[in-house]
Amino acid sequence: MTALQNVGAGFADPVFSAQSVFRLVLDAMAQSGRIAAVPDAASAPAGLDVASTAVALTLFDYETPLWLDPALRGVEAETYLRFHCGCPLVEDTQTAAFGLVTAPRYMPRLGEFSIGSDQYPDTSATLVIQTGGLADEGPIRLTGPGIKDSASVAIDGLPDWFWPDWDVNHGCFPTGIDLIFTSGNRVMCLPRSIKVEV
Amino acid sequence: MGVLAKAALTDLEDAFAALNDTPSFDWVRPPETGLVMVQGRAGGTGQPFNVGEATVTRCTLRTDSGETGVGYVQGRSKRHAELAALFDALLQSPKLSARLQTDVVERLAGLHERRRAAASRKVKATQVDFFTMVRGEDPKA
Repeated sequence: MTALQNVGAGFADPVFSAQSVFRLVLDAMAQSGRIAAVPDAASAPAGLDVASTAVALTLFDYETPLWLDPALRGVEAETYLRFHCGCPLVEDTQTAAFGLVTAPRYMPRLGEFSIGSDQYPDTSATLVIQTGGLADEGPIRLTGPGIKDSASVAIDGLPDWFWPDWDVNHGCFPTGIDLIFTSGNRVMCLPRSIKVEV
Repeated sequence: MGVLAKAALTDLEDAFAALNDTPSFDWVRPPETGLVMVQGRAGGTGQPFNVGEATVTRCTLRTDSGETGVGYVQGRSKRHAELAALFDALLQSPKLSARLQTDVVERLAGLHERRRAAASRKVKATQVDFFTMVRGEDPKA
């Protein structure tokens, strides 16, 4: 009971808020490199940004095992996600349908998460990575479906091995993981089909 | 919790109206209706099996004084879930707890018991006892 005393509110209007955030993530996934802003609809727990919280409330449920960043385990954010999303938490990255990362520097390598199978590429994991900052202009060049010519972005706080790992992930197409980067109230998606040059 | 969930909505409304000051609160989880699978055991001890699904409405709220109340009620009445959660929260507040325990919980429990007894009496009046001739299929006989 003591844990419940500190749980913040979820979406005030669960159906419509979740629908609008879902649409926003769908658009962001279709147009990689484009940064979208989520409306401030839920009270985010300590350690989670508005965008990460909104994406979590929209996508996570009792059917999606979640790998939670060790920084969030055992604190308010874990209780919040268990209460509002009802998602099972798993230690094993291979069984997780979603990963929620708030300390990207110390996150597991991308290859540790499930990439799905050739028969069922949709069973791969999707990682929500909360970063130090996202910008429209920057050193990272994206090309692929949904992007006219190319897009450039900047993402702060990623480890050195990140983009080489992403090349491997991109090479696994049609299997592979998808990423949702968040920062503050901003969201940018990186599906497995996108090629990244740094 | 059970008493609040099983109480008639009208009785809860009366109890709510009898409160001197109606507390204000924020939703942690607004009322939502869903299904839960009810499980039973044959004879109370057998293997669990699914009896069927029941409609349940639940909500969680936090009063301004900081208590968190949870309401789970059978059926689709969001107001019932809200009042159950509200009383759950108020029962946790030290200054109201003792008074509400007697004025609301015990009274509602009494009403529920009386209603149940009346219903059982009605059913009892039409009870039919079946007698069968022993034909030897009962190994205990």
